[in-house]
Amino acid sequence: MSAYAGTGRLVRLALRRDRVQLPVWIAGSAVILAAGAAAVIDEFPDAAGRATALQGAGTSPAVLLMRGTPVGTDLGALVNFRNLAFMLVLAALMSTFAVVRHTRQNEETGRAEMIGAASVGRRAALTAALTVVIGANLVFGVALIGALASAGLPAGGAVTFGVACAVTGMAFAGIAAVGAQLFQSARSANAFAATAVGVAYLVRGIGDALGERAADGVQVTSAWPSWVSPLGWGMLARPYGAERLWVLVLPILLLVACVWGAFALGGRRDLGAGLIPERPGPAAASRMLLSPLGLAWRLNRASTIGWLVGSVAFGLGVGSLGDVVNDALGGNEGVSKLMGQLAGTGSAGLVEAFFAAMMNVFGAVAACFAVQVLLRLRSEEAGGPAEAVLATAVGRARWVAAHLACAVGGAAAMLVLAGAATGLADAAVGGEVGVLTLVGAGLAQLPAATTVAGFVVLVFGGLPRMVVSLAWAGLVVSLACGLLGDVFGLPQAVRDVSPFTHVPAIPAVDATPGPIIGLVVVAAALAAAGMVLFRRRDLAT
Amino acid sequence: MTDAISVEGLVKTFGRTRALNGLDLVVQTGEVHGFLGPNGAGKTTTLRVLLGLLRADSGRAQVLGGDPWQDTTRLHRRLAYVPGDVNLWPNLTGGEAVDLFGDLRGGLDQARRAELLERFRLDPTKRCRTYSKGNRQKVALIAAFASDVELFVLDEPTSGLDPLMEAAFQQTVREVSAAGATVLLSSHIFSEVEALCSKVSIIRDGVTVESGTLAQLRHLTRTSVVVEAAQPITGLDALPGVHDLVADGGRAGFDVDAAALPGVLRHLASFEVQTLTSRPPTLEELFMRHYGDAPESAAEATSAGAAR
Ligand SMILES: Nc1ncnc2c1ncn2[C@@H]1O[C@H](COP(=O)(O)OP(=O)(O)OP(=O)(O)O)[C@@H](O)[C@H]1O
Ligand SMILES: [Mg+2]
Repeated sequence: MSAYAGTGRLVRLALRRDRVQLPVWIAGSAVILAAGAAAVIDEFPDAAGRATALQGAGTSPAVLLMRGTPVGTDLGALVNFRNLAFMLVLAALMSTFAVVRHTRQNEETGRAEMIGAASVGRRAALTAALTVVIGANLVFGVALIGALASAGLPAGGAVTFGVACAVTGMAFAGIAAVGAQLFQSARSANAFAATAVGVAYLVRGIGDALGERAADGVQVTSAWPSWVSPLGWGMLARPYGAERLWVLVLPILLLVACVWGAFALGGRRDLGAGLIPERPGPAAASRMLLSPLGLAWRLNRASTIGWLVGSVAFGLGVGSLGDVVNDALGGNEGVSKLMGQLAGTGSAGLVEAFFAAMMNVFGAVAACFAVQVLLRLRSEEAGGPAEAVLATAVGRARWVAAHLACAVGGAAAMLVLAGAATGLADAAVGGEVGVLTLVGAGLAQLPAATTVAGFVVLVFGGLPRMVVSLAWAGLVVSLACGLLGDVFGLPQAVRDVSPFTHVPAIPAVDATPGPIIGLVVVAAALAAAGMVLFRRRDLAT
Repeated sequence: MTDAISVEGLVKTFGRTRALNGLDLVVQTGEVHGFLGPNGAGKTTTLRVLLGLLRADSGRAQVLGGDPWQDTTRLHRRLAYVPGDVNLWPNLTGGEAVDLFGDLRGGLDQARRAELLERFRLDPTKRCRTYSKGNRQKVALIAAFASDVELFVLDEPTSGLDPLMEAAFQQTVREVSAAGATVLLSSHIFSEVEALCSKVSIIRDGVTVESGTLAQLRHLTRTSVVVEAAQPITGLDALPGVHDLVADGGRAGFDVDAAALPGVLRHLASFEVQTLTSRPPTLEELFMRHYGDAPESAAEATSAGAAR
């Protein structure tokens, strides 16, 4: 049997399952873009008005961070500036979720087993998923071209815009394909892919915010970080500006490399397994496993290691940027203001503010990790082994505490490693912030991440059937209010809702114990309340 | 001797569904108690209440002398539960899962574990994700039976086992029962319940409709009789306690209430009976009377089958 046998059947199956989801996503994106284009045409009929608006935007690194760099003063260029970043993210998320849905999630739910029995080659599932998602991206691109053209914008730029979005989506399909091979659960694979989208967005945001403004005050040339981000490439093609179509080869190359990698990884594992080798396992449990904590650690071990590796890589990247921040843009007041806003400090040293802002991001990533770990409580409870475990002598509070310990312990390890990696990379490029200071700065984020964890435990105890959506919603709100609250200009009372608002912005300011102790108390209270609620409720299987 | 389990007037609602509606259940220490009822009758719900996984709305439940909701972990050291749907961790091996459940319950008898692995033919080195439903049930059964506990709560434990493994299961239940343990066994397999259980409770729509020994339950219901005589049989339809009569000359088939049986036999004697077979109701028939919404028609169907 060929390795690809049955691919066609699987493609049809996937299309059937996605017959509502993908068309809605694509059509919705096209409608948003059409509306966005119409709004620009309506608001800015003349070139002078557009130039003024873009000059204002170009001086604000915060705007550049969120939207990307302006490419010109044409109508199309302004539509691009206002919408491209968002469309790229939509394409990326559509692709990652769809790939995970048709690969790892199928395996996890056992659907793939049924399919596997019906004479399907071992490469068929991934091939089918990629076929569907690449096709979806083509349709996505065409729909966007249609939306721009129907708004009366020039076709040439529309095509570049559409192609940029389509190939970016494809690159993220490749990233998700690798994630689906590495991680055992759809939950982890989705978290991995979504984090990849977030990090890519942030990296290109930094590159754009640090970009160099041209004399006309409109165009901005991105700094190098934009070039290492798959989301940056779509923008660097500059639809409706001085177009550079060749950049769009980069996402295609990434797709090819990822697909090759995913097949290589997939060839080494069994259906349903992650990359950890299968074959006969131990016939008896080691002492390590035989406790609620040992079990929780075992269940989270593989994904925790993945997150730790990612944190180190991200930390090294951030650390090596200190140099760029300082050298290139020490004099740019807008940038220092943005960094101050992100870090939640007034004006400190630029590098310190930058690192403080990045520590907030590490704190956010650690909180994501904690949410992912704690949501396992729910998947174990709903149709999982929790019923049998809680019928043994393990009390409910102890069971929750074991998972909470994995979440908080893992988050702590991530923050220490990220801080250390940042410090080491900074030292390597001649910075002087200091490894210990940055480790401390990383750890200062732990109480905030733990507060998010406490919130998840509370919701798990009180509203178990809604915990997945409420947990992620809570995380998004605390990130939006905490990390970006100042950039968005939210009132202080709203920003105070987020635990991240209260973290001292080390190394830009000195550590203060007050807010940290406060957060620890709040986190403990939330978690304790969640455990009490859980002990009082029915097991919701 | 105290009862291992005693339940009185248990009520449990899920939103608008009334899963338990005043259920009573008594399981004496040392007995193997069959727990029967149609799908959705409330068996699993009852067992979950007894394990403190669900909290009853009202009524009283006692397990091993304690309150299952208050003394949960203390009681759980003394009992073992096999859920109806055994879900395991996909990347743990079967052996690891057995050890884990055993240890979390308070310890495993290693010799017994090895013996049971052998008896149930379970490969403990395989990942749980590769196990079939029956193999997952075996993991839970081995973990339960290798624990030294006083009470076994088993929710349809054999629904995925093949006949060979069913026999292994019955042997194991007899062993733990002989050693003095109490077993509460929910099941849809009548032969298993008839073979193992000294007492049976039948529930329906969240209430207990019958409870007692099999002999007691049989006494409450009818015996099927098929008789052939040299002379045409007459007058049976006039006798009290005779139901579903199919008479055809010297041949007759009918059901008779236990209390009316002596009178019927005296009446038959005058027709020169040649053969007479009488069969006590099977558990299945007992059960069908409480199952279908029209128990009479169910009884008709069985007696017509017997007469043919
Ligand atoms: N968590 C729940 N939420 C809502 N309804 C429930 C829940 N659990 C059980 N029920 C309902 O309670 C009733 C009793 O269900 P239960 O699972 O106890 O039946 P059962 O006797 O074990 O059935 P089966 O023989 O099919 O296993 C059913 O109507 C069921 O739909
Ligand atoms: Mg049941």
